[in-house]
Amino acid sequence: MKRLSTVAPSVVVSLAILLFIGIAAVAPNLLAPGNPLAIHPTASFLPPSLGHPFGTDESGRDVYTRIIHGAGASVLIGITATAIGLGLAIVFGLLAGLGPRWLDFGTTRLLEVLFAFPGLLFALLFIVIYGPGVLTSTIAVGLATAPGYSRIIRSRVLVVKRAPYIEASLVLGRSRFFRVTRHLVPNVAGSLFVLATLGIGQSIVWASSLSYLGLGAVPPAAEWGAMLSGGRTYISSFWWLTFFPGLFIVLTAAATTLLGRGLHERVRS
Amino acid sequence: MTLPLGPTATTTTAESVRRRSWLPWAAARLGGVAFVLWAVATVTFFAIRLIPGDPAEAILGGPGSQASREALAQARKDYGLDLPLGIQYLHYLGRLATGDLGTSYSLRSPVTTVIGQNLGPTLLLAVSSLLIAVVLALLLALWSSRSGRVAAAAGSVLEIIASAVPHFWLAIALILLFSTALGWLPPVSVPGPAGLILPALTLAIPLAGFLGQVMRESLLDALASPFVLAARARGEGESGVFWRHALRHAAIPAIGLAGWAFGSLISGAVVVETIFARPGIGRSLLSAVQDRDVPLVLGVVLIVAVGYMLVTTLTDLADRFVDPRLRERS
Repeated sequence: MKRLSTVAPSVVVSLAILLFIGIAAVAPNLLAPGNPLAIHPTASFLPPSLGHPFGTDESGRDVYTRIIHGAGASVLIGITATAIGLGLAIVFGLLAGLGPRWLDFGTTRLLEVLFAFPGLLFALLFIVIYGPGVLTSTIAVGLATAPGYSRIIRSRVLVVKRAPYIEASLVLGRSRFFRVTRHLVPNVAGSLFVLATLGIGQSIVWASSLSYLGLGAVPPAAEWGAMLSGGRTYISSFWWLTFFPGLFIVLTAAATTLLGRGLHERVRS
Repeated sequence: MTLPLGPTATTTTAESVRRRSWLPWAAARLGGVAFVLWAVATVTFFAIRLIPGDPAEAILGGPGSQASREALAQARKDYGLDLPLGIQYLHYLGRLATGDLGTSYSLRSPVTTVIGQNLGPTLLLAVSSLLIAVVLALLLALWSSRSGRVAAAAGSVLEIIASAVPHFWLAIALILLFSTALGWLPPVSVPGPAGLILPALTLAIPLAGFLGQVMRESLLDALASPFVLAARARGEGESGVFWRHALRHAAIPAIGLAGWAFGSLISGAVVVETIFARPGIGRSLLSAVQDRDVPLVLGVVLIVAVGYMLVTTLTDLADRFVDPRLRERS
């Protein structure tokens, strides 16, 4: 067990950032009491100031308030996409890792084919078929990330399957069901937790990239990607419309990645 | 001419193992490539059939065009859409085999021409980004592996942040800094080297973050390993140890990332080419998706899959070249 003093400062900072974003997602009014959709035509395109720390947009809406109120939607998209990706990956990874040889062969070939579609391409192909929108872009991101997770889970299952404690359990005459549920799943779950932490930040980045390209959530929703896409027309003149929502995406992604790395070190040691 | 398949009197055992393992490996590899390409072509062909709406209508400019019955029937006949699905699939595979990717719905020219025009700029962008990323990652790894624990930790955090930054935001930040504030570089991609710098940097920085993370870890491993100690004991200088021994070791996991890096560069190119208004495969793909230009989407996806398979095959070859252990095993 590691003592608190050995926790890296980067992990503490990431936890603080994620706590802030978590509060914004669950109770945005604590951090920004204003209305994210309130329009003030006379106060449009105000640069960042004390009254509006991140400035205002084309309709005079406060960008800070919109970012805080948009956290819930963005985090939800990230969590849903990661859940879809990991859920599929668990099925693929367990089938390949525990099933008969032909099933492993088939699943591995399928994954190889899926790997030939780079992530965003797969998502774009999915969007061509099912049309743009929040739901399709979330599912697209989930599907696009599944092959990567599957490969990691499969190799993890293969390692754990050959571990001495599984052999010991076999010698003790435990059932296959017992071995899988009591030994294999808990040991694979550690790396799943790390993958999920890393994945949420990455999924938010991907989903917001799709929104930025105009294929995901659309304005006037206060979701971060939608804010980016709405501010895209004004990049050269009113930079704060895209800079600050993007900054929150970067903060979330960097914090989850740093935290995931920290957890990974812990699981490994 | 006969090929010596078994060990001959003049070859040593290790050599014969190497020679024997080469042919089956190449054959299996080629078979794998062919299988993946066929599967990609098949999956995309049938996935496209899931698109709701009449493809003939899409050819004639979408539902808004109010094309006449005769025009629709003519379009169906022209594009072979009136044939049974199985026949269409066989025709499609036959055309693919001869390098015919069909005609773009929106641009009215052959998909191969459109891709041919856009491949060059994207390749130039990808290769320059890759070079910049490798140089940045090397510099960072070099600096942080030699300057103690604090530098290593700082380098690691820097790499993680770099790898987590989305391309579109990095592009905006770079435009704000170098075009709006400093006025050094154009905000859109003009022809020539000046227009290439910002797009290439945007793609390179996150990639450098990933490469740096992977390389620094194995570089530190290598610098602490017996073979580096042995090299030092033989009187190898510090730079010789680094470039000839440790770096070669650290290159192996980085080469393993090449397939992934290719995918990330292509995905990034979609975003970067759009933001900087730069011609290329990524931007054509995005406009093809927006226009539901099915043949163009299919063509780009296939070309990217071919590129991916090429890169991973070259990666395996490079691995065997850099890592002598792989040649002697299997």
